[in-house]
Amino acid sequence: MSEVLVLVDHVAGAVRKPTLELLALAKRLGEPAAVFIGSAEHAGEATAKLAAYGAEKIYVVDDAEIRGFLVVPKVEALQQIAAQANPAAILLVSSAEGKEIAARLAIRLESGLITDAVDIAKDGTTTQSVFAGSYTVAAKVTRGIPIITVKPNSATPVETAGAGTVEQFAVTISDAAKTAQIVAAQPRQATGRPELTEAAIVVSGGRGTGGDFAPIEALADALGAAVGASRAAVDSGWMPHSYQVGQTGKVVSPQLYVANGISGAIQHRAGMQTSKTIVAVNKDEEAPIFELVDFGVVGDLHTVLPAATEQINQRKG
Amino acid sequence: MNIVVCVKHVPDATGDRRFEADNTVDRVGVDGLLSELDEYAVEQALQLKEKREGEDITVTALTVGPEKAVDAVRKALQMGADQGVHVIDDAVAGSDYLGTSLVLAKAVDKIAAEQGPVDLVLLGMASTDASGGVVPAMVAERLGLPQVTLASVVETQGDQVRIKRDGDTATEVIGGTMPLVLSVTDQSGEARYPSFKGIMAAKKKPLETYTLADLGVDAGEVGLGASWTEVVETAERPPRTAGEIVKDEDGSGASALTEFLASKKFI
Repeated sequence: MSEVLVLVDHVAGAVRKPTLELLALAKRLGEPAAVFIGSAEHAGEATAKLAAYGAEKIYVVDDAEIRGFLVVPKVEALQQIAAQANPAAILLVSSAEGKEIAARLAIRLESGLITDAVDIAKDGTTTQSVFAGSYTVAAKVTRGIPIITVKPNSATPVETAGAGTVEQFAVTISDAAKTAQIVAAQPRQATGRPELTEAAIVVSGGRGTGGDFAPIEALADALGAAVGASRAAVDSGWMPHSYQVGQTGKVVSPQLYVANGISGAIQHRAGMQTSKTIVAVNKDEEAPIFELVDFGVVGDLHTVLPAATEQINQRKG
Repeated sequence: MNIVVCVKHVPDATGDRRFEADNTVDRVGVDGLLSELDEYAVEQALQLKEKREGEDITVTALTVGPEKAVDAVRKALQMGADQGVHVIDDAVAGSDYLGTSLVLAKAVDKIAAEQGPVDLVLLGMASTDASGGVVPAMVAERLGLPQVTLASVVETQGDQVRIKRDGDTATEVIGGTMPLVLSVTDQSGEARYPSFKGIMAAKKKPLETYTLADLGVDAGEVGLGASWTEVVETAERPPRTAGEIVKDEDGSGASALTEFLASKKFI
């Protein structure tokens, strides 16, 4: 069986959940082979996790020479591994970086690229959700090695031991690859909440919060959820842009999305419409968000949310 | 300094958007406009020119698409771009990312050949129709240039470019040296509206039309037939079945919400 390469998304060796989802999808297409690009000291932690989630093989690329350079060195590493492994497909997370690596790789490998897949069938046919979720598209790659980026929360990680055979892979990185560089990075302050794009539950607030996100955050914490915001809330300066859900912010696809004081403009819908269950609380019963919901409450979020939060905390009690 | 801003004419997201029988996006039978996310790229090009007053800077708006697509270039000219280039050729229709990026890169090459080296290729973070966000990186790859992408703040000094961006896990400052490919987000600064004066001036600005032959691109390399991906099927998502909507009266909303979440095992 051919290998299916999965580029590992990790922070200092801590493998992020979307990568585990990719391993589950890779198993449908062939033999999951993870590609870990990172520092040697973090490789052990990552390889153990990857093997536990089905990686049969793990290519480890030491990034000592290329750390801090943008995208291109990873493209070259994948290109060289692909040349050796001749994989059946290459899967990456649909993050900004994942998509840019995929983009350059597609040209180098003369291979078709599909972005933002929400599912991959055994025969490699992908499902995408387009036009703010109003259409689904089935597509496949017809040339070269299929390169597919997959949205987080598109599959369930499966804990199933793989052989996890580690191969230290020495890459040759061109000087041209080391041109755009991260000069400084300020890690996002830990909120203690799940990361927005990975979270199983997202609780969001919009204009209707009036700038007070305390009820949103309290409900999020009761549900173990991430906090999101609409563009209106971000443009008003109430929340940082990193919280924005929508076309120009994060695109999320959680099990449960709770929209509070959000009218449901097309820009917002594009970022959350593929959520499995959608709930909204809004004072305005005419708000377009109510067209999407599985459950809606017409009411003031400032009274509904605190009361619901208290009841939820009691039930958990 | 030569700046090329790539702009896309897209179906209006607030109107009807649909696919044709061959599963390509209907670009002719629907209302279209300059992609909102590309307006920010035009704006940044204009701001750069304004900030570096005294330098000889030319901003060229470049689009690829059918006849109506020229409206995207016109809008950019009205905002203040100096000249426009429209690549129009029936063979381009149905191109995927690979085909589109090839045509854009070849057009940048031609602009450079005619007017001197291009220092900066500016794009929006993604289009508002396909919203893949991969074309900036592909254009960079095809031109053999570095990319600094998804900028929320752009600063330049000489040939140095510094941007700030909100990554998934960190806020980063990224540096590069021109020539390079730069993409900007909607956080980079509100795009200006064309003034009356701008609209009048735009009518006199140079607007060139290129065919694939002009660019030296073989028609067989682009378009639906040359696409490296195939859309098997497109289907309108069935409308979500109407959910239950309750009115909050004396706290009933909170209880109903809690019950719903519990029934779905979210608690």
